[in-house]
Order: sequence, then structure tokens, then C-alpha cells
Amino acid sequence: MTRTEFWQGNTACAEGALAAGCRFFGGYPITPSTEIAEHMALKLPKKNGVFIQMEDEIAGIASVIGASWTGARAMTATSGPGFSLMMENIGYAAMTETPCVIVNVQRGGPSTGQPTMGAQGDMMQCRFGSHGDYSIIALCPATVQEMFELTAKAFNLADTYRTPVFLMADEIVGHMREKIIIPDSVDRAVRKELLKGTPPFRAGADKIPGFPQFGKGYGVHVTGLTHDERGYPCATNPKLHASLVQRLVDKIEQARDRIADYEIVNPGAEQVFVAYGAPVRTVLQVLHDHPGGDIGFLRLRTVWPFPEKALAEFSNARRFLVPELNLGQIAREMERHLDVPVVSIPKLGGDLHTPPELVEAQEAGR
Amino acid sequence: MSFEEWYRQDRLPHIYCAGCGNGTIINCTLAAVDQMGWKKEETVFVSGIGCSSRAPGYIVTDSLHTTHGRAIAFATGVKMANPGLNVVVFTGDGDLAAIGGNHFIHACRRNIDITVICMNNQIYGMTGGQGSPTSPKGCLTSTTPYGCAETPFDLCELAIAAGANYVSRWTSYHVKELEKAVKTGLETPGFSFIEAMVQCPTAYGRRNKFRQVADHVEYLRVHSLLKVKYDRLVEEGADVPADMFIVGELARRNRPAMGVKP
Repeated sequence: MTRTEFWQGNTACAEGALAAGCRFFGGYPITPSTEIAEHMALKLPKKNGVFIQMEDEIAGIASVIGASWTGARAMTATSGPGFSLMMENIGYAAMTETPCVIVNVQRGGPSTGQPTMGAQGDMMQCRFGSHGDYSIIALCPATVQEMFELTAKAFNLADTYRTPVFLMADEIVGHMREKIIIPDSVDRAVRKELLKGTPPFRAGADKIPGFPQFGKGYGVHVTGLTHDERGYPCATNPKLHASLVQRLVDKIEQARDRIADYEIVNPGAEQVFVAYGAPVRTVLQVLHDHPGGDIGFLRLRTVWPFPEKALAEFSNARRFLVPELNLGQIAREMERHLDVPVVSIPKLGGDLHTPPELVEAQEAGR
Repeated sequence: MSFEEWYRQDRLPHIYCAGCGNGTIINCTLAAVDQMGWKKEETVFVSGIGCSSRAPGYIVTDSLHTTHGRAIAFATGVKMANPGLNVVVFTGDGDLAAIGGNHFIHACRRNIDITVICMNNQIYGMTGGQGSPTSPKGCLTSTTPYGCAETPFDLCELAIAAGANYVSRWTSYHVKELEKAVKTGLETPGFSFIEAMVQCPTAYGRRNKFRQVADHVEYLRVHSLLKVKYDRLVEEGADVPADMFIVGELARRNRPAMGVKP
């Protein structure tokens, strides 16, 4: 029996995590993500889980990584300033292949910026924010329903690919309230266990090693130093470092088609909007107001790895229009994949684009 | 079993310099762990960055070698998510008291049931001898070439003030006392902190007139002031020599703790 609720996006995120079996939340309060922590503080103890408010976001993500090594599905939630503080340990999670979910309810930056206003300024930071080369997965919800569903999905992706997975929400989706339909249960991917006797960081064709959970007798050594298949530090071997980092990137990039989650509207259109997160809602309004099929729409739920194959489905596209609550972070990524023009429609300040603004941008330059 | 069985034999030899005190502290810790009768699969060693933090890499149990200063925060996640695990943290003075100072005091405050062993060599050894928050006033390091001007932390006082259930300090000379202190720390529910003063001949000793490793260990021995003697001096109203540090059990109490094995 599904049930219908009228929830805030942040509540839906927390409930999505709980439905996915999240057992550990470590974090630090920050607007506009705090309701996620508050809801987890309320609910986790009743589900035999652990909520812990750490002394800062650095400790928050650290505790999440520690908890994940005991086998728990673990998450944290934050916003820009806290996200910046987490960056070093996010790189540690990437290097040690620790499954974890990091929610960023984005607000206006840089610095303290606009704590209560929505933005999408951290899209590049979530991809490249920690030092060194690595890949991650990032999902963007546009509705309260997606706050629930994509949070649950983030845990599956984290466990499947042994990587940090980001739910890149924004203040608008995080704080809005709308109808949500709660399913009985959500799909659960399994964290593939390490076969006993196998070196803990040896991977097969999928480039994802089995997980040697703490407390199960694996005796695994986990280090952020460059390590060999045994997990032992080996930081001065150029070939070993190159092959390790290449594998960390490949295991995500070679699965980009499987990870890709998007929706296509009017694939024959010449003018195509591409959006993720809250701006999706404005594009949907424009489509509603302009029936007839001459405006295309690519609605991205996965932003990283960027699902460039989706762009090819618009075979008649003469240009792509990209409304974002930043100065064109994903528009720039799209330019790498396209020969036709990409028109960035940036908006800063915290307000969504209005439908007339998008119509005007679409008509200008036709 | 013996403490030697806790070592990951295929990782030896270790990276520590000749004369380093860290091996002594790891031996003492593993001897204490061995006496606890803990199962290897139920024991996790966690560390940050620095010489001391390489210790878990030489131990056969599950181990987490994390980022600089954050070991206790990672250990908090491990212990809270699975209180059935025995969690021991190896750290150093730079890792614990500089970059990790905030995590240290908050773990003491929470009184989370882990044991933290700090190898205090009063300097950053791995990066080549820079001043640390425990470098004594006047000492020479590569970043205090005219003598350290800052006042050092007393890590044990910090832990006591912040709420740890068990606190003691010994040196690499006092191996039996140290082993016993670690064991008491492991047995005590709540946060246990054991500071082990160690010699670092490569980075500290050679800059500060310790020609031989033994000279530095001897220095640590003669500058150790037993807690009972210290208490007597205070009682008598006598002066406590400024260049001495107190060794012994400095706090043992039974405050409510977090993450205790059910």
C-alpha cells in the first residue's frame, strides 16, 4: 500500500534514506539542509540506527566513512560552507572506495553567501572539489518526490560502485512542500562482499573490488595513500599509482550509460532545454504553456558522470538552452560534447527563472 | 598469544628510523591488547597522518589509516555504528593536538568508548622536523630556528578538562608502566587517553643536543615526575620543577560513556 503525504523536500530526503536502510547519519547543522539532520535525529534511534551530531562537517563525513566500513549505509547532509569543509575526506572516500551518500542542499555562494536562498553553484565542486583525479556520481532532484527517490537510489549507486554519491539538491527543492507518494519499499542493491582469500583491492572487469567489511575477519588495511591490491601503502611506484587512479575513474566512467538517469521530451525539436534540479520546474511550465512539440527538453537526474548520450537523442537540435542557478557550470560541460551552440541561461540570487525569461531566451536568437 | 602475533609480518620492515620510540609504544599497546584476550576480527586500529599513524599498517586487524587530524572522527563513526568492535587510535602530537585538536576535545566530551594512544615526540617527524603544539619553549625545529616561542599544550590536562574517563602519561623508558596503563585504558569504558613521550632522534634529537638516542631516553626518564611525588610536592607547598612532566595515572573516573559494547 503506497501512501500519500504532503512533505517538505528535506523530510522526503531523510525518509528516502530511511527507506533505503540508512543506519547512520553523522553531520553538522547548516541551513538549508538542517531539517534532514533533524528528521534523522528523530527517526534513526527508533530504527536501531545512529544519529550523531559531530563537531564540524569534516568530522561529519569522517564519521560517515568510518560507519560505512562497518557495513552500515551511512550519509551526511550539508550545504556550501560545510561541503567545502568535507572535500578532503570526500577524496579519501574516493581513494578508499567507501560507499557513502552526501546530500548538498545548495545555497548561494561563495562563502557564507545566501544561507536561505537556492542555488546550483556547487555542481563543479562536487565533481572536482577534492584534490587529484577521481570520479563520482551526482544526482539532482527537481521535486519532493525525487528527493525521496533519488536519495534511496544514491545508496544503491554508492554500494554498487563503491564511491561517494552526491544528492545535489537546492534550497528550493529542499524547502518546498508538495505531494509525495511513498512506496511500500524501495529497491536495494547489495554491497558486493569480498571473496575470502582475494586481495581486498583487486577488481575484476567491472573494476569494483568486493567490500571487506570491518569485523568480519578480513584484516583489511584501508589507507588514503596510494596502495596496492593488498591495500598496502606503495606511494612511490608510478605505474601502481597510475593504474589505481585510472581504475577509480574507469569504474564510474565505463558505467556512465548504466548510471545515466534522464527523461526526454519532444526529441525531434530544434530548440532543446536542458535542466536539472529546481529549474526543471520552470521548463515544465514553459512546455505546458507551449504545447505543440517544437520545444525539446532533456531533464537530467544524473549530472555526473554527465550522460552525454542523451544529447545525441535530439537529432534535429540546432541549439541547447541551459537554465541554471549558477553562471553556466553544466552548460560548459555540455559544450565539450556538442557541435551545435549551447546557450547558457544563468541566474544568480536565489530566484528561479520565470517562464517568460526562458521563453524570451528561447526566442531571442532563433 | 603474544604481542608479536598482532603484527602483519609481510609488512615488515617498518618505516621508522633507527632509534625511534614509536616501535616501543606499539609493542606496549599490542601487549596490552593481547592481554585483553580480544579477538582480532573484533578489533580495529584507526590513525591519521604522521609517523605514529603508520602503526595500524603493521597490525593484522582491520585498520583505517585516514586523513591528517581526523582519526578520532573516523573512529567515532566506526565505534558508534558497531559498538561490538574494540577501537584503538594511534596518533601523534601534531595529528592530535594541532589539526585534530577539535576532534580530540569533542571525543573526550562525548566520552566515546575508544582508546587513544598519542606518541608525543614534540615535533613533526615525518615532514622533517617542524614545530608542533607540544614543542617545548626554546627548542629548535626547522620552523623555530631561533627557538620555539610558543607555550606547549599539556595534552593530558586537555583530555581531563574535556571529560575523558581515563588519562595517563608515560614515556618510552617506562615500558611496563605504559603497557599497564594502556591495558587499564582498554578496560575502562569511555574515552581513554594515554600519552607516551617518545624520542625522535632524526628530527628532534639531532637539533636539540641529544647526540645519542639513549641520551634522549635518559632525558625523558629524569624529567618524568611521578604523579605521587608531584602530589606530595603540591601538598608540601614545594616548587614543581618547570622542565619536568608528570607521569602516571592522571585521571580515572566513571562518567557516562557513549558507544560502550552492549
